[in-house]
Amino acid sequence: MTSGYFKIAGGTVYDPLHGIDGERRDIWIRDGKIVEPPSDPEVRSDRTLDASGLVVMPGGVDMHCHIAGPKVNSARKMRPEDKRKGEKVVRRAGTRSGTVGSVPSTFATGYKYAGLGYTTAFDAAIPPLAARHVHEEFEDTPCLDKGFFVLMGNNHYVMQSIQRNEPERMRSFIAWLLGAAKGFTPKLVNPGGVEVWKQLPSGNVHGLDETVANFGVTPRQIIEQVARAVDELSLPHSVHIHCNNLGMPGNWHTTLETMKTLGDARGHLSHIQFHSYGGGEADETTFNSKAPPLVEYVNTHPNLTVDVGQVLFGETTTMTADGPLGYYLSNAFKSKWFSSDTEMESGCGIAPIEYKNTSLVHSLQWAIGLEWYLLAADPWRVVMSTDHPNGGSFLAYPQIIQLLMDRTYREDMLKQVHPAVLERSTLGGLSREYSLYEICIITRSGPAKILGLKNKGHLAPGADADITIYTPNDDKTRMFELPRAVIKSGVVIVDQGEIREPLTGKLLYVSPEYDTGIESDIAEWFEKYYSIRFRNYQVPLDYLHEAEEVPC
Amino acid sequence: MSERFILIPGRTSKQGCGVSEGKFDDGYQNEINTLQVAPADMKRMGLANGDRVRVTTESGRQIDVAVTAATGDELPPGLLFIAYGDLSSRLMDGETHGSGMPTSKGFDVTMEKLG
Amino acid sequence: MSTAASPAKAGHSGAEGTDAGTTVIQDSTCTFCGCVCDDIDITVKDNHIVDAKRACVLGKAWFYNHHADDRPSCLIEGRPASVAEGVERAARILTEAKYPIIYGLSDTTSEAQRVAVGIGDTIGGTVDTTTSVCHGPSGMAFQDVGEVTCTLGEVANRGDLIIFWGGNPAESHPRHFSKYSLMPKGMFVPNGRKDRTAVGVDVRKTKTAKAMDLFFQIKPRSDFEALWTLRALAKGIDIDPEQVKNDTGIELSRWQDLMVRMKAAKFGVILFGMGLTMTRGKHLNSEALLCLVRDMNAFTRFVAKPMRGHGNVTGADNVVTWQTGYPFGVNMSRGYPRFNPGEYTTSDTLARREADAALLIACDPMANFSQPAREWLKSIPYIALDPKDTPTTRSATVAFTTATYGINTPGTVYRMDDVPIYLRPAFPSSHPSDFDVLSAIQRRVAELKT
Repeated sequence: MTSGYFKIAGGTVYDPLHGIDGERRDIWIRDGKIVEPPSDPEVRSDRTLDASGLVVMPGGVDMHCHIAGPKVNSARKMRPEDKRKGEKVVRRAGTRSGTVGSVPSTFATGYKYAGLGYTTAFDAAIPPLAARHVHEEFEDTPCLDKGFFVLMGNNHYVMQSIQRNEPERMRSFIAWLLGAAKGFTPKLVNPGGVEVWKQLPSGNVHGLDETVANFGVTPRQIIEQVARAVDELSLPHSVHIHCNNLGMPGNWHTTLETMKTLGDARGHLSHIQFHSYGGGEADETTFNSKAPPLVEYVNTHPNLTVDVGQVLFGETTTMTADGPLGYYLSNAFKSKWFSSDTEMESGCGIAPIEYKNTSLVHSLQWAIGLEWYLLAADPWRVVMSTDHPNGGSFLAYPQIIQLLMDRTYREDMLKQVHPAVLERSTLGGLSREYSLYEICIITRSGPAKILGLKNKGHLAPGADADITIYTPNDDKTRMFELPRAVIKSGVVIVDQGEIREPLTGKLLYVSPEYDTGIESDIAEWFEKYYSIRFRNYQVPLDYLHEAEEVPC
Repeated sequence: MSERFILIPGRTSKQGCGVSEGKFDDGYQNEINTLQVAPADMKRMGLANGDRVRVTTESGRQIDVAVTAATGDELPPGLLFIAYGDLSSRLMDGETHGSGMPTSKGFDVTMEKLG
Repeated sequence: MSTAASPAKAGHSGAEGTDAGTTVIQDSTCTFCGCVCDDIDITVKDNHIVDAKRACVLGKAWFYNHHADDRPSCLIEGRPASVAEGVERAARILTEAKYPIIYGLSDTTSEAQRVAVGIGDTIGGTVDTTTSVCHGPSGMAFQDVGEVTCTLGEVANRGDLIIFWGGNPAESHPRHFSKYSLMPKGMFVPNGRKDRTAVGVDVRKTKTAKAMDLFFQIKPRSDFEALWTLRALAKGIDIDPEQVKNDTGIELSRWQDLMVRMKAAKFGVILFGMGLTMTRGKHLNSEALLCLVRDMNAFTRFVAKPMRGHGNVTGADNVVTWQTGYPFGVNMSRGYPRFNPGEYTTSDTLARREADAALLIACDPMANFSQPAREWLKSIPYIALDPKDTPTTRSATVAFTTATYGINTPGTVYRMDDVPIYLRPAFPSSHPSDFDVLSAIQRRVAELKT
């Protein structure tokens, strides 16, 4: 007779949401959830995993990565050379083959994330016209629960509602659009700037108060009003923002202005490292770190959260919904360039890149990312990311952990980068080392909380049974590269590096309420300008393999 | 008398409809079994609609096919057109020059009137 | 292992309006060509489609000629058999082969395509799609230099200079002009056709040429030279007028005039076809065009769009790419994907007599492939899936008559510009879908391989 319980016994548990910092505890699992231990002490678990001496954490949550959809797939298509010599994912009895490189194929993506102990991942930027494509790729990306952010910062209906001073209409539209695509929150990428790119060669916005021609709105208006709408809709996650002027020297002003524009509204600024640069007007020779004042602002404004967007040296692929940025990068590096403008909604730019430690700019980028982690006062609001694959692959997360936990390792790497980093950033003087507790926060508990996922990122009864078990090791890269076991929805999916059971995972989405009266207005606008029919745009629930609505 | 031409196989509406109507039906078969020739070339070679010619590629692949005059100035002299199908496939060599795509348009051919 | 979703999900046959035994389904999708028009209202009576409002001549032929029939769902060596027997035989052919290939996939749903790639993975076969004989060369060019492109709604809303190069959409994509590229009254082109200049470049004066404002009748096989002439003009490089006239058959002054117009456009679009990919130069022709468009972005907004021929060949590219990392010509003999056009592409694996078995889905290589490839295909055991009776199905060892996607089965397809669209089927079929047959083959193949 089975009890249905699975017990993880005697592990050294980290559950920062509940203040548990390396305590020896049991964890009970039943029906895919973490549960209270059985009240009857005679009840035995069907299976016990002896975790004595092992580190137990909730499953990893990557809240900002690019893993599915037309942009990611175009990058895969465009870069066969990136995979030819790279790691091969060989087909086994229960698993599919795949390729890795900087943009892994879907099955490989799922297996590799799971292999690192991640059980949830969110794609950062999807044009809703391509929602079905993402859902299909997600179904072929196993081992992870998934969701995505919906691009809205250059959406024509959003901009027109702002221009007409109709915030209720805009709010209803946002709610409708999230439900139509089965997405998670509005994503603003270079708000207003991509529309200018569509209108002019090398077109872009350079400041928050520039007006987008033919739409009569400014980036500041888009940011402020969408953020407000998101809070009014009580979405679990805030508005998610890729600020204007990414990558430009001096862009820290834009970033600070964006933060100020948000006021008290919640806001998440993504890959903040790329937005923390001092320096003259497009003048790289004075390029320097302005992470300290920005960190200070975030420290003192609890409504703000960020993910870092760490750069690591080596080859990777930049991919962004920021169309003009893709053009700029491909010109700067004389590389091949993919660009695609999605009607009414967004753009996209893809260009290969190589970050070199001999480059002043790249070395500073690397340093600035680390400054953010090391200067931040509240680890709950500074999340680890590489903006995979833009700063580097998610496969480098263990290396970042070691850089944060091991000062000697960090200082050794600092010696090998461009020496100007010492004058132009504060990294040289930062001796902080992250604890396991803090690593747990920035890789799972924090992002789960920021996303508003009440059943992720912690280990109390009610949580999804997504758990990672690590073997302690002074070599932190090694420790985090090869978990002892990974449990997803109560099933051991990875055991000592082998994929045992690649579950499909579920889609996490929101469906906020809205005044359905708006639909006829949306439909009229839609039929006028879109190239598909309104009825064929929305993704019905039964299209999805398994989905969970996260309440607003 | 054999003359040199460039042959372009391609899509036509009729051939496309024929794909749906049935590849063994008359409509499709007639469309893919007809070679279009520029009126000036027809005249010079003494060809009338329905006459049969032999078309041979540089590598020696050969088809016999009925001709029809192209409409107006659609086809410049020196070019031949045929709808994609079995006959055009018979002329295709296997070589893809490392591209995966066999040369499927712009064949150098000779054409001579039959019988 | 595979949890690929069945496309037979509820809620998508949007049948409305029944009247005396007829049903009208609005916003249905035609999948004959890459336009994937999703605004077709079809009227169904007695499992026949009797009207297809807004469909072009190709679409009407598509809808009117796919109706219920009582042909056997499976033939083994020409004799009727059960689907189960066919699946068994197919699985044995594929697992006993040393170099099995899977090819086709352009006229079926992405759900079915995903299963097909999975079979390729299990048997360690080679997976290729009709892309390799269509815009595969353009895909190779894209891998070299990238591509600047957009969705078709951007062409409709912004495009003011539309160039058709090496294609004949008037015959191959009849609604393209009216729905996407020339007629639409777009946001930034409110007067539709009047706000646009249409330019054609081709070797024949086709129906398309007649719809153009300007037509360049170039010498056959001179697309490469013509495109490089334009690239030189864009960058202000001096070129020899005599050489240009000699190479392209067109006066340099005409190309210069075209370049002036290109730079003056607000949003230029070049839509290109098989004239580039199928002639001498192949991927180098496509590459020249993609480079020209990229170069033009220094002066104004400019995009390129390959005109994809079949309803879901774009889906095939997408599915094979996301599952393997490579778009076509993918070999998995060593247990992981490897890519090499010319080596793993089907024209080659057949013409060089390397394949010893094949699974052909939604394609007709017996009609369309080179002579050496067809001769070899005829000599090896192969399985074919198709709703129609074709030269390919007639010579198959195992032939499955499958339900027609979009007419009998739901599923996802990708329009030529990568926009995903879900199909609203009109009526059910007695035949199994590609997805059903392939899923059964996959299950059996997995059993045989363990």
